[in-house]
Amino acid sequence: MGEVLVITSGKGGVGKTTTAANLGTGFALTGKKVALIDADIGLRNLDVVMGLENRIVYDLVDVVEGNCRLKQALIRDKRYETLYLLPAAQTRDKNAVNPEQMKKLCEELARDFDYVIIDCPAGIEQGFRNAIAGATEAIIVTTPEVSAVRDADRIIGLLESEGKSNPKLIINRIRPHMVKKGDMMDIDDIIDILAIDLLGVIPEDEYIVISTNRGEPAVTHPSSLASTAYKNIVRRLCGENVPLMSMEVRTSFLSKVKKFLKL
Amino acid sequence: MMLDLIMKLFGKESSGSKNIAKERLRLVLVHDRVNVSPQFMETLKDDMIKVISNYMEINERDMEVNLTTSKSSVALVANIPVNRMKRGPMAMK
Ligand SMILES: Nc1ncnc2c1ncn2[C@@H]1O[C@H](COP(=O)(O)OP(=O)(O)OP(=O)(O)O)[C@@H](O)[C@H]1O
Ligand SMILES: [Mg+2]
Repeated sequence: MGEVLVITSGKGGVGKTTTAANLGTGFALTGKKVALIDADIGLRNLDVVMGLENRIVYDLVDVVEGNCRLKQALIRDKRYETLYLLPAAQTRDKNAVNPEQMKKLCEELARDFDYVIIDCPAGIEQGFRNAIAGATEAIIVTTPEVSAVRDADRIIGLLESEGKSNPKLIINRIRPHMVKKGDMMDIDDIIDILAIDLLGVIPEDEYIVISTNRGEPAVTHPSSLASTAYKNIVRRLCGENVPLMSMEVRTSFLSKVKKFLKL
Repeated sequence: MMLDLIMKLFGKESSGSKNIAKERLRLVLVHDRVNVSPQFMETLKDDMIKVISNYMEINERDMEVNLTTSKSSVALVANIPVNRMKRGPMAMK
């Protein structure tokens, strides 16, 4: 049985889809068999981030409603043979699917794939409930902002009440120079507040925009910072012990003084 | 004080906006975490009653437990009418 990971956040626009695309592609790069599910019904995005928007025939709702077989709806990636996408329906809404159906779908996929990665919609409504229903592990994406961290805290509580404990955290869009100036919360601040395990940190990186424009996830581009950060996360999820990369932990002289003074 | 001095020495402000962010987040999460579950306050109340009853007899019906917020802090404020104090081993503990 493969693992079913849901990428969620509460707040919109923090990088769930970007993360789902990069982790999925990152696993595929290591030869793992991966199914990406776009659970953002009505606002499908993962297809364009993956550059697969022209290949869609059937979607998630078609599968659930039995209009096609699961295999027919899975789109194979352009570059990686072991990577597949199950796109969201664009003309339906979240209520077209229920948590039970999602659970069944995830179980079916987990039989054939090493990793099933679900891109969750923003919010805490039905779409969120659908997306987490079949997940065996939750990954929470946040940015170093008050509202995003607040929503992450809410999501951690909701996941817990659904019996999904120990979610892992990805902090996205860290800007080291702002952290250094004391104008952005750093990794320790956020971990301290949310009290969950850190899976990795993704820097703010222009290459994310470029790769999204091209429909090629950043991990396929070896020299970008975000690419390395996402690859490190993939390795951690595979059980490797990978330290945070240097830009991620670069601490200012000030924070060293603070640490020294135990403040 | 000492830290402020050191920070000034190195040309850093002691309150970058991240400290404001952290503080606001801390306060807002106190309320969020309480409000997430409607039972939170009730459960807390029940537990308080259990503990306090070891020491005194209280009027549970008129007991009030609330969170109050001032500008920079949140306090748990309890107003618990006491009917009588207990005597004996539990109260001596
Ligand atoms: N590390 C980063 N550096 C630069 N830009 C980023 C980074 N992460 C995400 N972005 C950009 O932020 C925007 C939102 O990202 P994304 O679509 O992945 O968020 P989302 O959480 O899926 O949003 P939604 O809640 O709407 O589904 C995109 O334009 C993306 O390119
Ligand atoms: Mg998205």
